[in-house]
Amino acid sequence: MSTELFVQYLFAGITYGSIYAIVAIGFNIIYNTTGIINFAQGEFVMLGGMIAITLLSFMPLPAAIALAVIITMIIGALIEIIFIRWLKNPSVLRMIIITIGLSILTREAAVHIWGENIRALPYFVGNEITTIGIMGARISPQVLWVVGVCGVMVAVLHLFFRATSVGREMRACAANRLATILCGINPRNMVTFSFVLSAGMGALAGCVMSPITYSQYDMGTGLAIKGFTVAILGGLGNSGGAVAAGLLLGVIEAFSVSVVPLAFQDAIAIAILLLILFVKPHGIFGSGEAARLKAF
Amino acid sequence: MKRILPILPLLAVVVLVQLVTAWTGTQYYLTQMTMAAYYSLLIIGLCVLMGYAGQISLGHAGFFAIGGYLSAALTTRSLVPFKEAALVRLLDNCGMLHAGKDLYGGELLVVTPWAAAVFAVLVAALIAVAIGIPVLKLKGHYLAMATLGFGIIIYRLVLATPWFGEADGISGVPPFQLFSGVTVSGETSVRILNYYLAWGVLLCGLVLLINLMQSRIGRALRAIHGSEEAADAMGVNIARFKLQTFVLSAVFAAIAGVLLTHYNGGIGPSEAGVMKSVRYVAIVAVGGMAHLWGAMFMGVLLNFLSLRGVFGSYDDAVFGLILIVIMLFAPDGILSLITGRKKQAVTVPTVQQDREV
Repeated sequence: MSTELFVQYLFAGITYGSIYAIVAIGFNIIYNTTGIINFAQGEFVMLGGMIAITLLSFMPLPAAIALAVIITMIIGALIEIIFIRWLKNPSVLRMIIITIGLSILTREAAVHIWGENIRALPYFVGNEITTIGIMGARISPQVLWVVGVCGVMVAVLHLFFRATSVGREMRACAANRLATILCGINPRNMVTFSFVLSAGMGALAGCVMSPITYSQYDMGTGLAIKGFTVAILGGLGNSGGAVAAGLLLGVIEAFSVSVVPLAFQDAIAIAILLLILFVKPHGIFGSGEAARLKAF
Repeated sequence: MKRILPILPLLAVVVLVQLVTAWTGTQYYLTQMTMAAYYSLLIIGLCVLMGYAGQISLGHAGFFAIGGYLSAALTTRSLVPFKEAALVRLLDNCGMLHAGKDLYGGELLVVTPWAAAVFAVLVAALIAVAIGIPVLKLKGHYLAMATLGFGIIIYRLVLATPWFGEADGISGVPPFQLFSGVTVSGETSVRILNYYLAWGVLLCGLVLLINLMQSRIGRALRAIHGSEEAADAMGVNIARFKLQTFVLSAVFAAIAGVLLTHYNGGIGPSEAGVMKSVRYVAIVAVGGMAHLWGAMFMGVLLNFLSLRGVFGSYDDAVFGLILIVIMLFAPDGILSLITGRKKQAVTVPTVQQDREV
């Protein structure tokens, strides 16, 4: 494999990998505050892209994206308030089934609103054929947008959890719910907030990836399962691990195209997921001890 | 005997439905009733796995597809090019091959439906064992995602393999002659026979499972569902019982797949799709998880309505909505709303408790 081709594959992998990492972090945020896996996580990405594309005919691109992110955040909050907030000690099985139902309903609503067409936002800079050269490889500037936006999101999120009081309250809620209540924090609000946060992140990722990967009503399931793979790979609840694992999975997938048919690309991610689950369920980057604390 | 007595009124209803359709000239309903019965066979198998053993599976459409696709491919794909291979000759000598003419008068050599069906169900059982051993060690979200992943892999495989017809699926699957005079086929001339056959199979499966759940195995499964640690301490071999149940439900799914594929004369990739698996889970949930009668009743009702096209383009949305509404308001199933029946006080692990272990 020549250097150019290698760099080309590498960038493709990093692009997809950053998206997977964002979805995985979305899983982690909700998992940390509630202990549930939100199977509808991929749907937030789809909604972000789709809403932005619709809004684009009324306003300029940055405004459309911003509004799409806000609308998706509101949807995330509504989902939590209507379907999850008032449940008392739901069983894991019940939560799995409810979030799967939510994911189906969101997808079906999307197909009735937007149809089955594949849509896309325009490129933020230039168009389909604009490229910049990096080490002989030709990369679309949008790739840099995706990587940049995802990187900034991860950094801001890190600061948010460390430096702001809401972020610290959310972390407290993740560490010990009972003690949080004793400190006068309402964990239910933190749960709602975690849904808002992961919906917003998913939506923004859905917007920046839309020009390259396109948006379609059924893109959520595939993203959710890959995001979950990454979340497991990086250790459930561990956002730093999710970034590393996301990039790893993206690069593995990108290079696998040169070996196996494209149709099996999804199967590779899932095979990795199954392998990890069987061999090391607490993830490559997660510690066994932490995983036991959160064991199901 | 007491617990299978309700079979008799059910049999009466089955006969009554047939007589009413014959009387009112609406015999086309029987076709959907037959298909709904086969789907319900899968659903009662899944009910045992989910309700009694407490293990979720989001990949049961995969087992249905393994059964359906293997029997379809083996009975339609010609083996003429491999005529000289040792394996094909061996099969021929054992009487497992069937020579015929295809549409264009060409030579056709295919596996007989019986041999194909047995092979398909065996493969499904073997895959269930191979998948079940590692997967059933997982719990909660991990188990759900792993079975979902298995389902997606099967879907991708049938979609990408030319031998399985890729996106077109397999059509022209021949009728399945069970024994002389009884054939699984969608021909209108044998519609009533097939209706009774499907219901016969379903009721046999139901009686089998009801008896099984009242036996030592059923009690062990309920103990596992209540608390794995406690069951383990009482000397219940958890891993073995979970695996046996998983394989049993996979075999039920594969048999349903084989029979329905021969009845429909074909199978398409949507039968392996994730939505199908979710739909089966939804139906089991509506029926009340650990309630075989409820699962069977809802399986027949909802599949019949869906097959009649009552839900139109909202088909998937209806099942998604059913899932949410049932899980939010009646996690013990829709029948619990009417009868007020509550499950025995077993401590099901909740999200919060789990995290504090």
